[in-house]
Amino acid sequence: MKHKTLNFLRQFALLLLVVWTVVSLVTLLIELVPGDPATAIMGENATPEQIANFNEKHGLDKPAFFFSYTGEKGFVWTGANNRYLDYWTGLVQGDLGKSFRTDRPVLDMILERYASTIKLALAAMLVAIAIALPLGVLAGTNKNTLIDNSSSFVALLGISLPTFVIGPFLVYIFAVKLGWFSPTGSANPEDIVLPAVTLGAALSAILTRMVRSSVIEELGEDYVRTARAKGLSERKVVYKHVLKNGLIPVVTILGLQLGVLLAGAIITEKIFSWQGLGLLLLEDGIGKRDYRLVQGCVLVISVTYILANSLTDLVYRWLDPRIKFS
Amino acid sequence: MNRLTYIGIAIAALFILTAIFASFIATDDVTAQNLAMRYASPSAAHWFGTDALGRDVFSRVVFGARISLQVGIIVVVVSTIIGTLIGAVAGFYGGWVDKILSGYIFNVFLAFPGLLLAIALVAFLGAGLGKLILALCIIGWVGYARVMRGQVLKVREYDFVQAARALGASNSRILLTHILPNAIQPLIVQASLGMAGAVLSEASLSFLGLGIPPPAPSWGTMIEEGRGFDILYNAPHVLLFPGIAIALTVLAFNFIGDGLREYLDPKQRKR
Repeated sequence: MKHKTLNFLRQFALLLLVVWTVVSLVTLLIELVPGDPATAIMGENATPEQIANFNEKHGLDKPAFFFSYTGEKGFVWTGANNRYLDYWTGLVQGDLGKSFRTDRPVLDMILERYASTIKLALAAMLVAIAIALPLGVLAGTNKNTLIDNSSSFVALLGISLPTFVIGPFLVYIFAVKLGWFSPTGSANPEDIVLPAVTLGAALSAILTRMVRSSVIEELGEDYVRTARAKGLSERKVVYKHVLKNGLIPVVTILGLQLGVLLAGAIITEKIFSWQGLGLLLLEDGIGKRDYRLVQGCVLVISVTYILANSLTDLVYRWLDPRIKFS
Repeated sequence: MNRLTYIGIAIAALFILTAIFASFIATDDVTAQNLAMRYASPSAAHWFGTDALGRDVFSRVVFGARISLQVGIIVVVVSTIIGTLIGAVAGFYGGWVDKILSGYIFNVFLAFPGLLLAIALVAFLGAGLGKLILALCIIGWVGYARVMRGQVLKVREYDFVQAARALGASNSRILLTHILPNAIQPLIVQASLGMAGAVLSEASLSFLGLGIPPPAPSWGTMIEEGRGFDILYNAPHVLLFPGIAIALTVLAFNFIGDGLREYLDPKQRKR
């Protein structure tokens, strides 16, 4: 038990270390901007005074880090009054800074859109499960038959078709030709269908393959033979016994994929003008060179991704006691 | 190898040949505009029709293959070299070197969703071919490093490696002549899947307007230009052909990677 706690603490320390590095990297990303952010925002015609004001307002007049590098003197200590520490100080107080464009707190802008993206990701996950479970079981129980091969083919197709190809095709069929859904927007409840299918397609393909190989593996186990020998119907064997055990690795993939969905949502949101975090990042952030907003969005998406992955890991270990902390 | 692998190889070969001989295959100049011929449907003169500026879609798809595969190959080669080196060092030396590399650095890079990291890098660095390739290499190397590390950990315990060590072979000799050749198979699988990933990422970033700037005929850019409601209604071919091209390319490399993995792993072959 003591060993287990120690391992858990070590795992947790690693998580903190990774989060710290990711936040630091994102914080320093702004240093990559060619030229300086003030000119990028206000244009070449801004007066030096305007630029100085802007830099002061957003703390950009301070040094970037604890030390800076100059060609002649090498590394020079610049003191604790720097942007890196400022960003961290804000962060622990729940402040992601103010937008370069609108002066609104970045956190508020992100929170307005966050739920919308999570909703889309969860809907995509539901779509994926609804497709993958029956298809995967069908393929696994009919191994190496035509059904299996064609479902494998469909799955690979789903993995290979990028969202930005599936999305517009779905729009073409269901919005342009059939007129069932509106092509973009998130005003009506049914507007989520096309984006969710688009985002969930690749995941459903991955899941189908997982469920298939899981089912095949479990069907070879002794307990299945016992269940069959008891006279259980094949249906009961598959759905009550095989699927229950076979779903453990699938749950892991689901958790890990939640993060992937969050990142993939960026493209889907652009296709369907879905007012989520991705669109905020692309249009208001990158499109308007609002670097503070870009920082905030990248940070929130990354941290959500990391937390989703770590949580999955915990659930997985809890579900399957055979797996020890490594 | 299964049939799908051969299909994958055939499609990939077709696209590679198209990319190499693009200037002979293309029927028109890819940037030549003809506003009188906007959104023309596919015909004998324009096999895949024309786009919003009257440019020949067929020629653009053909030259798009060159961009995609060029980016894909550079990214895969650079990522493989960097990843293999780092992975080999981590696996071979073990100890605290491995703890820092695989326990910490790998985890940091895996902690970012790949596409998001690429978007962030390009957003701050600015768009362009070189920066795009740089961003894709930064997100790509860690996959190879993990594969290589795992292989090295496995192979370095084999008797022939121990024998080489006993004979006084240097570390670099052991790594290069004994371990690397035995680790190459999973690396080829990874490279094949990585090729699919790189092509996809390039197209994704170009689709988002963060990749190769127009008028270069990147498939992602072409899809972005063809997805408006009116264009879809009147001229779906603008979107259809680059869409098929990218799907086929990614599918081909996935088929190859998948087939090779199954072929090289006897455990999976039996299933």
